[in-house]
Amino acid sequence: MKPFTYERAKSPQEAAAKAAAKPGAKFIAGGTNLLDLMKLQIETPTHLIDVNDLGLDKIEEADGGLRIGALVLNTDLAADQRVRKDYGVLSRALLAGASGQLRNKATTAGNLLQRTRCPYFYDTNLPCNKRKPGSGCGALGGYSRQLAVIGTSDACIATHPSDMAVAMRVLDAQVETIDPKGAKRSIPIADFHRLPGDTPQVETALAPGEFITAVTLPAPVGGRHIYRKVRDRASYAFALISVAAVVQEDGSGAIAVGGVAHKPWRVAAADAALVNGAKAASGQLLAGAKTRPDNAFKVPLVERTIAAALAEAKA
Amino acid sequence: MNHSSLPHASRRDVLKTSAAGAAIASSGGAIGAATAAPLAEAAPPRAKVSFKVNGKGQNLELDTRTTLLDALREHLHLTGSKKGCDHGQCGACTVIVNGRRINSCLSLAVMHEGDEVTTIEGLGSPDNLHPMQAAFVKHDGYQCGYCTPGQICSAVSVLEEIHAGVPSHVTQDIAAGPPITVEEMRERMSGNICRCGAYSNIAEAMAEVAGIKA
Repeated sequence: MKPFTYERAKSPQEAAAKAAAKPGAKFIAGGTNLLDLMKLQIETPTHLIDVNDLGLDKIEEADGGLRIGALVLNTDLAADQRVRKDYGVLSRALLAGASGQLRNKATTAGNLLQRTRCPYFYDTNLPCNKRKPGSGCGALGGYSRQLAVIGTSDACIATHPSDMAVAMRVLDAQVETIDPKGAKRSIPIADFHRLPGDTPQVETALAPGEFITAVTLPAPVGGRHIYRKVRDRASYAFALISVAAVVQEDGSGAIAVGGVAHKPWRVAAADAALVNGAKAASGQLLAGAKTRPDNAFKVPLVERTIAAALAEAKA
Repeated sequence: MNHSSLPHASRRDVLKTSAAGAAIASSGGAIGAATAAPLAEAAPPRAKVSFKVNGKGQNLELDTRTTLLDALREHLHLTGSKKGCDHGQCGACTVIVNGRRINSCLSLAVMHEGDEVTTIEGLGSPDNLHPMQAAFVKHDGYQCGYCTPGQICSAVSVLEEIHAGVPSHVTQDIAAGPPITVEEMRERMSGNICRCGAYSNIAEAMAEVAGIKA
């Protein structure tokens, strides 16, 4: 790790102002992804702002839905009775991710902000436009089994690793923030993560210093909540692909897919096609997919996993 | 050959001595560097932190980069917690902080102000084993033993998590809560890797402590 100075923030706005004022500053919450990357010198902050003592660790009822503090731990969010009862897909997604030890430290906002696990991002001997803009993409001609099949660019084919974010996408969550001047805004989860384009190093819609205070969920929509994750091990592995589904009794509903793109992937036409079955829905979802020999399997796997989710919904 | 003339040195003492040697060597290097490099590079930032380890208060002043694991091992000489991968993938560094198991390698020591840390040394002692330690011995829940302190800290917490009703990936009815089953324990232990492959014996040890059949 490179040396860094350290301080504990006293309020969200102060944290945002300090992060914006000090070049090289970063927020730290659970630290489970940031410290991993700092040890590899992929992240090299010169100043860390600890945001754990800001009282943002509560889950409250708001506007018929829930307001989840940015610092709520993954374990606590998954175990919350209201989440388990009304937003089961979110509990399921969280519990499918990481290990018990990591979920005890990882936070809600930190989970959204985690970086890709693309092996070319992690290997500092190889080019990566995300790690070193303009250096090229080692993954394009490389091993791509884990990598994206849709929404990619010639600069980056990385996937977003979060399970939680896929469930939040299907639940139409909103990300609440505060900026260095104290201005607040709410960003729909659909617009929060970006596609890589020419600037894969810019991963979210957040402005410099802008600080996440909470994630809100709208009022419960009922239906069957399903999260199916396909991975190389039965536990503690990143998804090859995952499907978050909320399916109503009449067969209508919503689906979001993980492991296929730079962000949780959801398409309105696929939701509309869900009543016509998995083939119709996945055709809409992955229209225009650009596969490579190593990851072409993801396209039929998405269709089959949606089929399994729909079967589970009927059971 | 008269072995009694050799000074007795435990593995732990050797580790302590070599750590002190390394500290002298590195401070010598820092003094040398100070003459050639700017001050900021010669003196990495430090910070103070106070927390309890196994019930005993500790006040430390550390390089901010020090992980909780390195603070425990290198500064407090509690070498039970192990460094395996140092990236949160293997679980050998698992300790219990404020009642929850975490990877101590992925946590900065200075972020633990006021916390209560329990390591394997705090769970039990050779003369007074924690029930989980005794069950690991009885069921041969290890071979080389390197992952064992992390496995035991994790196992103790896993049973508490199930009793507290925290669901897992294999819980059928998440609204109702988890049953105490071997399947639940195995899923929850996936963050602790054992390359000797003692998993089935670890599961038996945990089942005994939980009072169920493996």
